[in-house]
Amino acid sequence: MTLPEVPRVVLVGNPNTGKTTLFNRLTGARGRVGNYPGITVERSVGRASLSASADTAAASECAFEDVPGCYSLASRSAEEQIAIDALLGRHDSVRPDLAVVVVDATNLERNLYLTLQVLELGRPTLVALNQMDALRDAGVEVDAAALSACLGVPVVPISAARAEGLDALRAAIATQLASPTLPPSDGWRWAPSDALRADLDAVAAHLGDERPEGTSDSAARALALWALMSVDADDELEDVPAALRLAVLDVQRAARAAGRDLDAEAITARYAFIDRHAPAFVRRPAEAPKAWSERVDTWLLHPVFGFVAFLAIMFTVFQALFAWSDPAIGLIEAAFAAAGGAARAHLPEGLATDFIVDGLIGGVGSVLVFLPQIVLLFTFIGVLEDTGYMARAAFLMDRVMNKVGLHGRAFVPLLSGYACAVPAIMATRTMERRRDRYLTMMVVPLMTCSARLPVYTLIIGALFPAGAWLGLPTQGLLMLGMYLFGTLMALVAAAVLGRTVLKGPRVPLILELPPFRRPHLGSLARLVSSRARVFLSEAGTVILAGSVVLWAILTFPRGSEEVTALEATRPQVEASSEGEAQTEALAALDAEIAGARLRNSLGGRIGHAIEPVIEPLGFDWKIGVGLLGAFAAREVFVSTMGVVYGVGADVDEESTTLRERMKAERRADGRPVYTPLTGLSLLFFFALACQCVSTLAAIKRETAGWRWPLFTLAYMTALAWVVSFVTWQVGSALGA
Amino acid sequence: MSPPTLAELRPEQSGTVTRVGGERAFRRRLMELGLVPGTRVTLRKVAPLGDPLELEVRGGRISIRRRDAASVELER
Repeated sequence: MTLPEVPRVVLVGNPNTGKTTLFNRLTGARGRVGNYPGITVERSVGRASLSASADTAAASECAFEDVPGCYSLASRSAEEQIAIDALLGRHDSVRPDLAVVVVDATNLERNLYLTLQVLELGRPTLVALNQMDALRDAGVEVDAAALSACLGVPVVPISAARAEGLDALRAAIATQLASPTLPPSDGWRWAPSDALRADLDAVAAHLGDERPEGTSDSAARALALWALMSVDADDELEDVPAALRLAVLDVQRAARAAGRDLDAEAITARYAFIDRHAPAFVRRPAEAPKAWSERVDTWLLHPVFGFVAFLAIMFTVFQALFAWSDPAIGLIEAAFAAAGGAARAHLPEGLATDFIVDGLIGGVGSVLVFLPQIVLLFTFIGVLEDTGYMARAAFLMDRVMNKVGLHGRAFVPLLSGYACAVPAIMATRTMERRRDRYLTMMVVPLMTCSARLPVYTLIIGALFPAGAWLGLPTQGLLMLGMYLFGTLMALVAAAVLGRTVLKGPRVPLILELPPFRRPHLGSLARLVSSRARVFLSEAGTVILAGSVVLWAILTFPRGSEEVTALEATRPQVEASSEGEAQTEALAALDAEIAGARLRNSLGGRIGHAIEPVIEPLGFDWKIGVGLLGAFAAREVFVSTMGVVYGVGADVDEESTTLRERMKAERRADGRPVYTPLTGLSLLFFFALACQCVSTLAAIKRETAGWRWPLFTLAYMTALAWVVSFVTWQVGSALGA
Repeated sequence: MSPPTLAELRPEQSGTVTRVGGERAFRRRLMELGLVPGTRVTLRKVAPLGDPLELEVRGGRISIRRRDAASVELER
């Protein structure tokens, strides 16, 4: 993302300060979302005009960067390092001309802690004092002028949510850009003790290239303090020079030996400064009036009503994904079917047409079909986030989710997984920490998505008798059982993966319950459209490529002896009957030929090749072909089976012809292929295997690489194989 | 007897932080949230299922898990 030469301004601040709302307010619709190189943290950059005034000396335009929220600049990982890198222009970023620290006035002291760190860097800085509206509601007064005097930099009170004070902020930014003023005494508001100062100088001597030319001694000390607080024997920081690392570890060791606690010294000194000066700029009423937000909370966080409200809201989200999206999905499917039909009618019959219709048009359709659910889900997520309810949902559910190592916010992605894993994986963004996001992404595909339904319906309908058990329909019970099974496996997988593959150092979970507020329509529209765009351009291309490749595998090579032999019977079939009977006979022949083509295609051969692997699960090679076809989307299993068995691709899961054909299918030794035991094994396989190109594409997009999608594919396939293997082998041994 | 911790407060009870324990990155983060020794903390809310806890520190609010709060020792 390169932007033309305009002054660069970074927005930094704690999480939940309204920083992103401010970014959206300032940049309007011009913000663009990308990724920070190498890590899966979104980077939002956007240009904005600063003033309509005639003051030509002031900058009229600048580029804003919305830096991910953080409580401190001290970091342990590449992800947390973004803030310091963005502020100093280290690594791939350009050094900003101004830092705007967005401060949540309702959590003033904690936000000032980060502000002090930013000031210490000795760069032009400005404070945007946000949430002034919420502050008034709470009866608290903050004196911006006094705060400015205390910090030594301009402080502009604003309310990003209500668009108050933004012109003053723009003007202040323009003035700062026109004539940058450095904070007094290079930004240090507190004086380190002599011992700490000696430590900082010892580390600063080894900054090397990390200390750009012209850096003052105190700015170098700030960087040294950052290193001292961040570097560890086992941190995951990037590009810390070896000499600097050694110097830090030496100083830390010496301090420990002397019985000192460097972390506590620096943190306590910063807070001591804040506590000492707070009375000058903040006045809190002795008995705070209960804000209406607090009163709403007594209901929404109530042990009974809280959960009733929670379930009602979640049910609405679920219903929207499951049912409301249906007409739009149907429309897209119909439109692409019509487009395919029209293309087929106007193009000459042949391979090129097949490619255009089945490969391309079908492939694009299979991408666009996700859009309705993505748009709906992110509309809900946007509203839930903006109003502040999402934080409450996490507060309510954290205890339950934490039992299996998941974040409280993982609830919405998991729930969305019942509809479709693709939007659900995209929804993991609501969690700040990488580990929480990845863990949720790994287990979401185990939730019973709606694409599994047709497969379950076919298998259960064809292979399990429609009897009753304890007066309840067995087929329905089995379906319900599969839902519970998927959910249970997702939770078990979370517990296992969280303790093994995704085990990380323990960091405290931090939640904030922001005051309730009205969602901002502009931000909401932008969230939804940016999600849709990202999906189409990044995941969509992979899905399309996957669909085309699968189409090719199941299409080539075209000819074979079996096909030629069937084609040779065509004149005979034509002659043997006429009228409707002839049309029917020819359609049956076409279906036979399509089946023969598929059986002899590369996909058919792969089915044969993997037969030894899937035979212990009770599957034959034809099921293998179906499993391969199901990679495009699970429900494709049904039409692939239709083609394999020469019934035609136009079957649905209720098709009696297909069910009859399946039941008639025999193994080499004459036993039927499909028994209830095969059905159970197949059900488990579909419940657990990651039979979905789109899911993998979504994980690839969210983790920025192939490592995690491949891991998901591997672990889920292995899990599916083992469970189906045990089912079939134990079942066979018991004589089922 | 071990000193009382933040996890043992009842709603609307307060205490003064005396010590923050735990591994380095963990305790650093807790201290950076304002839980440095000498700070007055009040427990404001407990989630309906008993976890997490919402604290008031220096006029601001923050929620952490009970297990994490148990690393913060208090003086009542």
